[in-house]
Amino acid sequence: MSREGRTDGGTADEATEGAAVVAAVEAVADRIEDERDHLTELDSAIGDADHGGNMARGWAAAADAARDLDDPDPQSVCRTVGKTLMAEVGGASGPLFGGSFVFASAELDDGVTAESAVAFAETYLQKVEDRGDARVGDQTVVDALTPAVHTFKKSIETDELPPLEALAKAVDAAERGVAFTVPIRAKKGRASYLGWRSVGHQDPGATSALYILEELLATAADALDSEVPDADATSPTIPDEEPDDAAGDGEGDAPPEDGD
Amino acid sequence: MIVDSWERLRDVSRHTSTRVSGPGEFRATGPSEFRLPERGASAPFTPVSSAITLAAPGEERELPLSLTDLGVSYTLIMKKLINDPDDVVDEMLDGMTAAYPDRFRRLPDTQVVVRDDAPVEGKVALVTGGGSGHEPTHAGYVGDGMLDGAAAGDVFSSPTADEFEALIDACDAGDGVLAIIKNYEGDVMNFETAIELAEMEGVEVESVVVNDDVAVEDSLYTSGRRGVCGTILVHKAAGAKAAEGADLSEVKRVAEKVIDNVGTMGTALTSCVTPEKGEPTFDLGDDEIELGIGIHGEPGTERTELMNADEITDALTEAVLDDLDLDEGQEVLTIVNGMGGTPQMELFVVNRRLQELLGERDLETWDAWVGDYMTSLDMAGASITVCAVDEELKELLAAPADTPALTRTQ
Repeated sequence: MSREGRTDGGTADEATEGAAVVAAVEAVADRIEDERDHLTELDSAIGDADHGGNMARGWAAAADAARDLDDPDPQSVCRTVGKTLMAEVGGASGPLFGGSFVFASAELDDGVTAESAVAFAETYLQKVEDRGDARVGDQTVVDALTPAVHTFKKSIETDELPPLEALAKAVDAAERGVAFTVPIRAKKGRASYLGWRSVGHQDPGATSALYILEELLATAADALDSEVPDADATSPTIPDEEPDDAAGDGEGDAPPEDGD
Repeated sequence: MIVDSWERLRDVSRHTSTRVSGPGEFRATGPSEFRLPERGASAPFTPVSSAITLAAPGEERELPLSLTDLGVSYTLIMKKLINDPDDVVDEMLDGMTAAYPDRFRRLPDTQVVVRDDAPVEGKVALVTGGGSGHEPTHAGYVGDGMLDGAAAGDVFSSPTADEFEALIDACDAGDGVLAIIKNYEGDVMNFETAIELAEMEGVEVESVVVNDDVAVEDSLYTSGRRGVCGTILVHKAAGAKAAEGADLSEVKRVAEKVIDNVGTMGTALTSCVTPEKGEPTFDLGDDEIELGIGIHGEPGTERTELMNADEITDALTEAVLDDLDLDEGQEVLTIVNGMGGTPQMELFVVNRRLQELLGERDLETWDAWVGDYMTSLDMAGASITVCAVDEELKELLAAPADTPALTRTQ
C-alpha cells in the first residue's frame, strides 16, 4: 500500500500532520463562513433556513477549539472538531457531521496515512448512513459522500494513485454527487416533507460536505507544496481491470447477444 | 417574503440581507413566505432609521445588514414573562433548581438537570430529554421513582449530543442507563450519538423510543409516529421498576410494554407562540380547531370547525381507541393532558365525556389522570392518552413517586 500520503517522512510527523489538519479546519471554517448565505438560501428552499448559520457557527467554534489544542495530532484535532460540531451545530447536522467525525477519528491511531485516510472516510460515511438512516438517492449528504469515499478508496487501493490525486478525484466525485441531488426527490430530512416539490433543489448538507472536501484538498496540496491536480472521477484509471468482487457480476452488464 | 406587520419584523431582523423598496414596504430575502395576518396588525412600515428610508416608490436596495443592525426599533406584539428570548431556557432551569434545591442540581455549563443524589447506587438510571416548552416535561419528572435526570434543549429543539452524553455520565452508577427518547429526528439522532459515545466509555446504555401519537405516521419532525404524553407513563412504570432494583433489561422491558399499549391524540384550539419567534407557529382561525397536533406547534392532521367539548373528546378518543383495538373489559389508565393554555375546568369537562365513552365501549377505567403533563407552551387544547394496563403495569404506575410534577404515595 502506498505510503506517499504522509505529509512528512520522519517522526516529528504527528505534530506536522496535526498542524496541517488544524490548517484544514481553519480553511473549512473560512469557506463555510463565506458560503453561509448560499447554504442558507439552499436550505430556505427546502428546510428551515438554518443550515448556513448553524454550520458557520459550528466550524468557527471547531477552528477555535483546534487552535487551542496544546499538542495537536490528527486524531485529537478530528475528535475535537467532531465534539465541537456536535455541541454547536445542533439539530440533525450536529450528530451527522460532528458525531461521525468523533467516531471516524478512531481510525487515526497511527496518524494520517493513505490507509488510515481511507478507513476514516469509510467510517465517516458509515456513521452518517447509520445515524441518518439515509442511502444514496435520498437527497442528503450521503449523495455527496458516497461517490467521494468510493472514488477515494478505489483510487488509493486499486489504482494506487498518490493520495493527493485520489483526494482530487474524490472532490470531483462529490461535486457530481451534489449535482445528483438536484433532480431527485428527498426521502430523508426536512426536505422529504415537500414530497415531489423537493425535486429541483440542491441539498444543503451535500453542498457543505463538498466545501469541506474542497478545503481539505486545497490544504493538503499546500502542505505537500503541490498544485491541486486536475481530476476526473469518471475516468477509469485502469480500464482493463475490474475489481475482483465485481467479476462475477460482469455478465449482467454485458450487452445482449442478439440485439434485435 | 413580504413583511407586512411589525409582528413579523423580528424574523426579518435575523436575516443577514434585507432588501428594502419604496416607502412603507419592506422586501426581504428570507426562508419562507409570510402570509398576511388575518387579524389586522398591519402597522405601517415606516423605517425609523434613515438608512433604510427610501423615498422613491419602487426603489429597491439590497441591504447588507439586518434591521436590528440598522437600529430599526419595533415593538413585539407578544406578552410573555420573559427577558431575552435567548436566555429563557437558561433562566427557567436556574429558577427550577432554585425552587427545588434539595431535589435537583444542574450540571455546570449544561442545560442538564439531575437528581441531587445522582448517580444513585444500586439502581438502573433513567434519563430523558428533549426540547423545552413542554414543562413540566422533562425535568418535572426527575426524582424518586421516576427519572434520574433530564436534558433540556432550546425551545422545541433537541438537546445536543454532548448534553445527552453529560446526562448519561452523571446518572450512571454502574448498573446501566435506560434512555427514554421521544420519536423526533433530532432527539433520536443526538441521543443515539451520545449513547454510542457513552458505550465507548464503558457505560451500559439501552434506549426506547416512545411513539404514542396515533394521529400521524410521518410528520414535520419525525419519520413514524411522534412521541407525546404517553411518555410520562413510560417514565413512571420504568422508573418504578428501576426503583425496585430490577436490572436494565427488565426496566427496558417494562418501558416497551407501556409503549406497546399506549396511544395519544391531541387537539389545538389555538396555536402557540414561541419566545424566539414571538408569533403563532401556525394560523388558526377564530372558529377553527386543529386535530392531531403534536407538541411543537406543528400543524395537525385535520382542521375542522370549532366543536364543543363532547364532540372533540369523541373525535380524539375514537381515534385512540381505534388504534389500540382493546378487548371488552380491558382495564385502562387515561390521561387528559392540557397543552398549557387550557384551564383545568375544561380538562375535567373533557374527562367527564372520556369516561362516559369508555363505559360505552365496555372498558374499565383503572385510573384517570387530569392535568398539564406535557405542554406546548401557551397552546390551548388537550390530548387524550389511553394505556391498557395489566397487574404488573398497575402495580408500577401506582408505586410511590416523588417528583415536582407527579407524586404517588403508597
